[in-house]
Amino acid sequence: MADGLEANLARVLYVDLSRRRFWVEDRRDLVDEYLGGVGLAIALAKEEGVDRADPLGPDNTIIFAVGPFNAAYPLASKTVAVFRSPLTGTLGESYAGGRSSVAIKLAGYAAIVIRGMSETPVYLAVHEEQVKFRDASALWGTSSSETVGRVIREREPNPGLRTIMRIGLAGEKLVKFACVITETYRHFGRLGLGAVFGSKKLKAVVVSGRKSLKVPDRRGYREVYDELYDLATRSNLMQKYHDLGTPMNVLPLSEIGALPTRNLKSGKFERAEDISGEAMAANYLARRTACSGCPVACIHLAAIREPYPHEKYFYKTTVVSYDYEPIYALGSMLGVGDPVWLLRMIHEVERLGLDAMSTGVALAWATEALERGLVREEDTVVKLKWGDAEAYKRAIALIVEQPNDFYRALAQGVEKASEIYGGKEFAMAFGGNEMPGYHTGPAAHIGFLIGGRHSHLDNAGYSYDQKVKELPEPEKVVDDLMKEEAWRMVLNSLVICLFARGIYKPEMASKALIPLGINLSPDDLRELGWKIYRERMALKVNMGFDPAKLRVPERILETPSPRGQITRDYMRRALGHFKERLSEMGLLFK
Amino acid sequence: MAKRVAVVDSDLCVGCGSCMLACTRRFAEVGYGKSAIYVRSAGGVERGFVVIVCRACKDPPCAKVCPEDALVPREGGGVRLIANKCIGCGYCVEACPFGAILWDEEADKPVVCTYCGYCVEYCPYGVIEMREVV
Repeated sequence: MADGLEANLARVLYVDLSRRRFWVEDRRDLVDEYLGGVGLAIALAKEEGVDRADPLGPDNTIIFAVGPFNAAYPLASKTVAVFRSPLTGTLGESYAGGRSSVAIKLAGYAAIVIRGMSETPVYLAVHEEQVKFRDASALWGTSSSETVGRVIREREPNPGLRTIMRIGLAGEKLVKFACVITETYRHFGRLGLGAVFGSKKLKAVVVSGRKSLKVPDRRGYREVYDELYDLATRSNLMQKYHDLGTPMNVLPLSEIGALPTRNLKSGKFERAEDISGEAMAANYLARRTACSGCPVACIHLAAIREPYPHEKYFYKTTVVSYDYEPIYALGSMLGVGDPVWLLRMIHEVERLGLDAMSTGVALAWATEALERGLVREEDTVVKLKWGDAEAYKRAIALIVEQPNDFYRALAQGVEKASEIYGGKEFAMAFGGNEMPGYHTGPAAHIGFLIGGRHSHLDNAGYSYDQKVKELPEPEKVVDDLMKEEAWRMVLNSLVICLFARGIYKPEMASKALIPLGINLSPDDLRELGWKIYRERMALKVNMGFDPAKLRVPERILETPSPRGQITRDYMRRALGHFKERLSEMGLLFK
Repeated sequence: MAKRVAVVDSDLCVGCGSCMLACTRRFAEVGYGKSAIYVRSAGGVERGFVVIVCRACKDPPCAKVCPEDALVPREGGGVRLIANKCIGCGYCVEACPFGAILWDEEADKPVVCTYCGYCVEYCPYGVIEMREVV
């Protein structure tokens, strides 16, 4: 049957887990206004009243959204998830690739809205028009997220054309930085979407589709596709992601003193070489994979081959995905320089479904708190010591098991744990979110603080630090970062992978929309970016966000950055200006 | 001589699906619905990928089971679909042991490789190539 769906989709799938009902609505109104992706998701979140919800209650709603470029163009591989974050208490916004965006798009949806809470464990199976609430009681409590993936893989149809978004034990146990894993090695990592799944008794969401969608300008579409494909594969714009992948950053950042090491007591790691992208590729790289629709294949999988201790000639081969962020958080941040042990730790984090960055930063704080006598070894159960990967691997599991008050606190993130036990000055969270691996200078930290999701990818302050010749006044830094963040609202509405931001400049984005029947000039797009930025921050402010309440961890002022010593005054002026800018946009703080 | 799309080395495949998207883009459409090439994992991404193409059999079972002679053997190997003869019974899909005949849900007819090689142009890793049928 000819359904004749257009590539510029506006169908939104609504799912109510409490009543086990689903329906589809045409939201052309919102798609025409906001394109898709984060713009659409924020508008839907506002409608759903996410700002009034208890993050782990039935009224929190999860919104997955894709945009006009997904499946249509190369490098447009991301799905955005919007929810209320149990970690920060404010806006939850997280991105993942894998097969997610192409699967949702080719199932025929612009967004999937998941409301309510199931009484018993459930997983959702969406195969185009067919939606099933499948019992997941037997899957609940499974020790490894990989097993969950395998079971669902074998039970559900359409391999290769589907996404399997699932949680591990961390999500079930409501660890506030639990992630959602997709296609085994990609993640909606940050801000605790895994715990929101867990609170809803939602073990997984499977989506598959193999639709064929129409475009109004057929010739133009193929021409623009080819232009983008050539840029992606023949220019050097994607080279660094293609070759060593994101871990190519390890060595250069350590050299300039920007690689957070031992809870940012230092910016240089003496064993950086051992865990560098170069060393990982030379010794452990086993396979390369890609997100759907992306020819770059930045996903680097390592294999570790280990003998079984009691059985001669028996080996276990474990495949682990490595990227810059887990190498920083579980490696340098904890003083772990043994690459095999680092891979074992990353694997443990994958097994349980934790966010690697938050986990590493939480353990770094715990190690220092133990060092300083703020907590005792009875609290930490294992003796946490810089570089002792075996102890850290055990502690990772304890965050999920939560055997005592200390781990129950740590499972709520480092902000909360340091409120209880002290040591705030070295609790490396910004806006409640554990820090990413960049101590490049003040712009990086300002970026984490003012970013809508407190991520380095909000506005790339780390890149700003490294690019500007002379660091300007803090007010100018804030203005520039806000401008970058507003533009990224467009990229995140399309929804492209931000690694491809060098390809999708405003002119190119505008040009690529035309064959899909969307006419927006580069200036129109920039303006739309600001509009989405404003609505997103308004939603965040409604959730209690206030720049005046942001905490600047003293540690970033103590450890010199490549841009020199960061001063309290500089940071204070930046945050003051940021609040003024938001007020000028008409945002009212509670 | 007749050519076909051949898999050079599926271990080079990263699973990006650019070939599948290209195949449907032959018709200037977005997606997988008209694709005659199929890539899936070999049981989890960590095990790599399986790339399924029509191998252009000299004695094609799909043509033999077609009750309407809508699949006509091509000289040198492979088949050609005569769409207006096809009744959409799907026997051909079952007859192909490789699973290389896919289904166009919109037209309710099989998608059969035309050996055009468009997908090959979009494989960035040389996983597939055009090759003489032997």
